[in-house]
Amino acid sequence: MKTRKRSNAPIFWGLFGAGGMLAALFGPMLVFITGVAIPLGLLLPAGTMSYPKMLAFAQNFIGKGFIFAVISLFLWHAAHRIFHSLHEIGIHAGFGAKLLTYGVALIGTVVSAVVLLRVGF
Amino acid sequence: MSKRRPYVRPMGGWWKKNPFYVEYMVHESTALFVAAYAITLLVGLVRLGQGEAAWNGWLEAMKSPLSIVAHLAFLVAIAYHAFTWFKLFPLTMPPIIVNGKKLEPEVVVGSGWTAAILAALALLGIVWRIAA
Repeated sequence: MKTRKRSNAPIFWGLFGAGGMLAALFGPMLVFITGVAIPLGLLLPAGTMSYPKMLAFAQNFIGKGFIFAVISLFLWHAAHRIFHSLHEIGIHAGFGAKLLTYGVALIGTVVSAVVLLRVGF
Repeated sequence: MSKRRPYVRPMGGWWKKNPFYVEYMVHESTALFVAAYAITLLVGLVRLGQGEAAWNGWLEAMKSPLSIVAHLAFLVAIAYHAFTWFKLFPLTMPPIIVNGKKLEPEVVVGSGWTAAILAALALLGIVWRIAA
């Protein structure tokens, strides 16, 4: 029987799509909350991102999943898009370009998974 | 090794010659901002795992003027990503057939933008609800 090598492209494309969708739906508001509203004390109640609250969120099953999905899928989305855009500016697909893009996404995924498992449930 | 050096058309800055390609490069470059924001959150998560003092240090760093300016840039770039993400749906997604007719592109794009606005408001509401 002949064995055919399956392309891994659909996996990376799928991660790109999922991350792009998540970023399109929640990205702008997340940036506004964590990077503008909380630091400047606008709109949201004081202590919204206090240590006890954030720790409880990271320990909660849904919270954990949300944090993991946002960080890892945003990274895979960006990695895939940057990898393919490097070609447009004359840097051609190779091991270095893959390391710089998918490598960073992989490290970010592993680090976030480890931290989320270590903070407990 | 051949010493011939055939002419290779230079391609540098090709995308600057046509507004369509400029827009393409701009919407592709939103990925740099998505990556920068994800790494900011990842650092925050690592600091959270290190304990209260580390987490408060991260919260403090998020208050620096440089961080605020960076996040305003992330906000603009990621909002533009959301805008173009759904705008390209008629090209990137298989056609949706309703009652034997292809859904109009404007309907697809409009539904995407509406969903993005509703999702953003829902997120704000949920964060408010958890925090209160």
